[in-house]
Amino acid sequence: MGALGKFWESSVGKKIVMGVTGVILVGFVIGHMAGNLQFFAGADRYNAYARLLKHDIIELTWIVRGTLIVSVILHVTAAYQLTMRNRAARPADYALREPQVSTYASRTMRWGGVYLLVFLLYHIGHFTTGWFHPAFSETGTWGNVAIAFKSVPVALFYLGAMALLALHLYHGIWACARTLGFARPSANPLQRRIALVLAIVVSVGFSLLPLSVVLGFVR
Amino acid sequence: MSAGLNLTLHVWRQAGPNAAGRMVDYKATDISPEMSFLEMLDVVNERLIESGGDPIAFDHDCREGICGMCGVMINGAAHGPMKLTTACQLHMRTFKDGDEITIEPWRAAGFPVVRDLVVDRSALDRIIQAGGYISAPTGSAQDANALPIPKQDADEAMDAAACIGCGACVAACPNSSASLFTSAKITHLGKLPQGQPERYRRALSMVAQMDLEGFGGCTLFGECQEACPKGISIDSITQMNRDYLWASLTKREEKKVAGAG
Ligand code: HEM
Ligand code: FES
Repeated sequence: MGALGKFWESSVGKKIVMGVTGVILVGFVIGHMAGNLQFFAGADRYNAYARLLKHDIIELTWIVRGTLIVSVILHVTAAYQLTMRNRAARPADYALREPQVSTYASRTMRWGGVYLLVFLLYHIGHFTTGWFHPAFSETGTWGNVAIAFKSVPVALFYLGAMALLALHLYHGIWACARTLGFARPSANPLQRRIALVLAIVVSVGFSLLPLSVVLGFVR
Repeated sequence: MSAGLNLTLHVWRQAGPNAAGRMVDYKATDISPEMSFLEMLDVVNERLIESGGDPIAFDHDCREGICGMCGVMINGAAHGPMKLTTACQLHMRTFKDGDEITIEPWRAAGFPVVRDLVVDRSALDRIIQAGGYISAPTGSAQDANALPIPKQDADEAMDAAACIGCGACVAACPNSSASLFTSAKITHLGKLPQGQPERYRRALSMVAQMDLEGFGGCTLFGECQEACPKGISIDSITQMNRDYLWASLTKREEKKVAGAG
């Protein structure tokens, strides 16, 4: 087996792949959230931004898309394989095991990740291709969003995904610094301030869109 | 002396490696709060033997918290409810009269049950054999102060070297990962000048052995650090990951013919 194969086969190597792809995805969600906030600057500004990404710099957009698709595939494949490995590592379970310090966030990484994957596929079909959108317009991106979130179930589905994204980031960003080995030794290694701030900023920033529409502030 | 405790124990009983096991209930009456947890089990066993029963097998040796033999899961926590304490150093005053105590062996594919609460932890020995050593040239010993070591490094190496190999980190980990154990050794040796020649090869071979033994991967739940009776920090896992990554990036092919000399 080549060096790359050995790296991928190893539990540490696979986790490092999750960390690297995780960083890429975190960078993406921060940028995507910030770009989305232009929704509140009005339809013209938002539609122009959409046109920039989908038309003026479409080549660059495709490079980013390609990177993200590869990242998601690697991240999810590694997560699945590691989860299977970890299950097999405890064939007989305890009658009683009390979590002592693990956070709720760390224990929701797996099913939270699955929810995020389902969300991701729906989301692309919703606002990018328009398959799942009731009144999709290729050029009216602002309207697409404003119409979609009038539906309470759709808004709730998005808000649920953002809550789980907050948890995923809260554990993931902190874990990442350890998986990739750049966290400094600390007297309290379980503390995670940067991850907390980023998780809140990203998920609240995204959530402002569905919230503002479903609560009727933007119409 | 304070009044004795009356306890109900739920204990895992398993006659042998391939036998089916089950939880069995025992009454432990009039237990002195001054006893250690293992002494309590001794008393229960004496009474079991007197009444013609089969004593509960459990591992122990030093009974002073330094050998790492005695680990069991007590009420869902590795080595029981007290932080930085092995089962042998846990005292019955931690419990209240009328308490129910669930006692189980470490659970991991890498730690097969031998009997009752005794598991086979030789997988940890094989991880050490894979790279948890340094090569020391023979000859007269160097002056100890000939190799200056920054205090921070010496402290971190010492903290990691406190590992007694009890396996509580594996037992407490939801993934049955041996990352804290393996990384403690990697940190202990990797922080010291004597450990440098083998540092990166060590990271690769110890991680490979850890995987081979069937332990899970680390998802940084942090349970291992909390369970460790020696307080070893998950910072050592960061160190292991860093060494592993660097080793993978810089690994050189070994020469077919060793350097002539
Ligand atoms: C799409 C489905 C997804 C699944 C199934 C998934 C699953 C997982 C799992 C199981 C872990 C490891 C959990 C742990 O360390 O305890 C993880 C870590 C992580 N995830 Fe995801 N995830 C998904 C999406 C995302 C997204 C969209 C992002 C970016 C915002 C992301 C960022 C991260 C990061 C940064 C880590 C930490 C990696 C590390 O520990 O080094 N994930 N994910
Ligand atoms: S018996 Fe030696 S550490 Fe408990």
